[in-house]
Amino acid sequence: MEKARPLWATPLQFVFACISYAVGLGNVWRFPYLCQMYGGGSFLVPYIVMLIVEGMPLLYLELAVGQRMRQGSIGAWRTISPYLSGVGVASVVVSFFLSMYYNVINAWAFWYLFHSFQDPLPWSVCPVNGNRTGYDEECEKATSTQYFWYRKTLNISPSIQENGAVQWEPALCLILAWLLVYLCILRGTESTGKVVYFTASLPYCVLLIYLIRGLTLHGATNGLAYMFTPKMEQLANPKAWINAATQIFFSLGLGFGSLIAFASYNEPSNDCQKHAIIVSLLNSSTSIFASVVTFSIYGFKATFNYESCLNKVILLLTNSFDLEDGFLTASNLEQVKGYLASAYPSKYNEVFPQIKNCSLESELDTAVQGTGLAFIVYTEAIKNMEVSQLWSVLYFFMLLMLGIGSMLGNTAAILTPLTDSKAISSYLPKEAISGLVCFINCAIGMVFTTEAGNYWFDIFNDYAATLSLLLIVLVETVAVCYLYGLRRFESDLRAMTGRKLNWYWKAMWAGVSPLLIVSLFVFYLSDYIMTGTLRYQAWDASQGQLVTKDYPPYALAIIGLLVASSTMCIPLVALGTFITRRLKRGDTAPGA
Amino acid sequence: MLTSCMEFKVTHQILWRSSVPTGLRKKTRAHVIAPGKSPCSDSAATMRQNNSITQETQEGPRLRKYAWDTNEEYLFKAMVAFSMRKVPNRETTEISHVLLCNVTQRVSFWFVVTDPSKNHTLPAVEIQSAIRMNRNRINNAFFLNDQTLEFLRIPSTLAPPTDPPVPIWIIIFGVIFCVVIVATMLLILSGIQQHRRKNEGPSEMEDTEDKCENTITIENGIPCDPLDMKGGHINDAFMTEDERLTPL
Repeated sequence: MEKARPLWATPLQFVFACISYAVGLGNVWRFPYLCQMYGGGSFLVPYIVMLIVEGMPLLYLELAVGQRMRQGSIGAWRTISPYLSGVGVASVVVSFFLSMYYNVINAWAFWYLFHSFQDPLPWSVCPVNGNRTGYDEECEKATSTQYFWYRKTLNISPSIQENGAVQWEPALCLILAWLLVYLCILRGTESTGKVVYFTASLPYCVLLIYLIRGLTLHGATNGLAYMFTPKMEQLANPKAWINAATQIFFSLGLGFGSLIAFASYNEPSNDCQKHAIIVSLLNSSTSIFASVVTFSIYGFKATFNYESCLNKVILLLTNSFDLEDGFLTASNLEQVKGYLASAYPSKYNEVFPQIKNCSLESELDTAVQGTGLAFIVYTEAIKNMEVSQLWSVLYFFMLLMLGIGSMLGNTAAILTPLTDSKAISSYLPKEAISGLVCFINCAIGMVFTTEAGNYWFDIFNDYAATLSLLLIVLVETVAVCYLYGLRRFESDLRAMTGRKLNWYWKAMWAGVSPLLIVSLFVFYLSDYIMTGTLRYQAWDASQGQLVTKDYPPYALAIIGLLVASSTMCIPLVALGTFITRRLKRGDTAPGA
Repeated sequence: MLTSCMEFKVTHQILWRSSVPTGLRKKTRAHVIAPGKSPCSDSAATMRQNNSITQETQEGPRLRKYAWDTNEEYLFKAMVAFSMRKVPNRETTEISHVLLCNVTQRVSFWFVVTDPSKNHTLPAVEIQSAIRMNRNRINNAFFLNDQTLEFLRIPSTLAPPTDPPVPIWIIIFGVIFCVVIVATMLLILSGIQQHRRKNEGPSEMEDTEDKCENTITIENGIPCDPLDMKGGHINDAFMTEDERLTPL
């Protein structure tokens, strides 16, 4: 008899694994940005519509395929149709790219976590310059949090062409991150199943603590009011709908093969429909929950900066005109300015260029996403809180849990097909295969710790998964509905779970979701083609801010290679299977 | 000479009266100054107190007014005299040698230090260097810092960075790194031990397993897989039959 397939100890472990995988950094640093850009509270409308139309059906589809076929992505799609194992291979390739660059975020989270045990926090003060007469020049031009991120953490070079050397500090953190991931996946579902209890639940604990802290901060309500006020006119903006669809799609982690891998370790009678609904609802509500926290932190930071700006202006005027202390306050500032302008015009004109216009709106308007939000904006807010070390440790610990949880899913997507394949698993035990995969990823990931590493990270983040995933999921949906047959799949599901398939799922799978994915695909392609050359943001140390530059040709070539290497798997493997079959038929007698 | 001293005294007194909020008429011992010149035109040093101490409260940064009166002025003069006394090879400076002028509502004023033996005010550079040496003491006397107590034209020296010999982050990194490595080793070793145990004693296990599985498949026709997972010995058909029997 064959060795039994390892299983989750309880269905709860499976649900936690899916939640831990789906609830990741995107919920924390992408959704609040989208909410802010596309109309605040009114963004929830396209978001929920897309969840119902696209998120839940596609999630159920992947879980059902995995549970039915009981194999990783390559084996599952080969079972559906031998020509489609390319879909599985493409999933593995995309997962491989993702795990290469995703763990670098965990390395950065480790770096910040280790630096949170100092007083004062290293990103709250600028270091003094060489002869101790002032602060470091780059730090003066930028802010101390930006300086710590760009100079101390990344040691970023001015452009992608200047590669620089591998920085040993982030490299050490990357090695640690990979060791931790290896520890968690070492024993397969046995170890992963226990780890996901923590990686799924701890972020919620921290988010709850942060919610309470955030809502009690001074100025939090400014942020919440500004962000959540619905701007209904954004509903008419097609970009809002497209971004909602994209966010749901990528937030659930569809198409990577991780969901298929997780579901393959289920018992066949598991009710994956219920689990699909639970996971997708939890994922979306976590996004909304995290954005409430983020907006209250934004509000605090914006109010703090606004009041500091006001105080600086007050101090400047008080000193220049030798006014009595306490005379100038925030409320009478404008009146007094007018009075001073009329009473002492010459002196006022001298001082005028230094007076900044402080505006709460412009502080709130700064919309940031991605690593900038997590490592610059949040750290800036944290350094102004009381007991900032505690908040900093909690925050980066939460980031780490979210990141490790997603990494478990990514590595499962790579390892499950490898351990399923008899060719490889007969030579090497599971631990060795996991170790090899982790080692290769770590070695290639050292590229992201070089001085230009962050630019390569952005390339991978923007291009490695986007187009390929859309194509993969499209082919998956079409394959299940039309190649395998929706009726056949429906009867399989009924035999497995004992439930009749609702018309809603069938309608979504067969019609709505594929159409939606095609329109997303067309939109992205046309967007890439219309913008012409691709550009990126580079950090200019002399100015202390980001500047836009064009990618050099070899970077464009690598982007093309990234997209092609995963998408081309599908037709190439189909072609290869076709040729092999023709050859086999040619060898053996026809009809046998 | 005497007449000019007197002049200064009078004017000086007038100056004081206008700015001191409550009563105490200050008795200053006027010292000889260059005739005709007001002491402040020398502009020996200017000091300004940014009375705005930003105090972080729950409601946000608030300006707390620093209470400034003649006693504080006396303390200030004492600190300046103290700084001058610390300069080596100098005659002792008394508090009465320090003079404040042009005190404004802003609590910003000019001050000069006069030389006790000679009849002139000391050059600004000397005073600036003396104050710079003792800046910290002066700040602490008033519970202020470099930002709230500003001496114009005396730039503050920034505190040298305190670098511990081993950066703290490496210590924490080392601890977590060792824990992870030890845990990984333990898991790998226990996995290898399990493999060995399985390889040593499968022969006994295999026979009994085969017999059990054979009987089950023969008797029921229910697929083995789900039964296998439940330990291979629980037969669904038997269980339902038990339930049909009424309990005694």
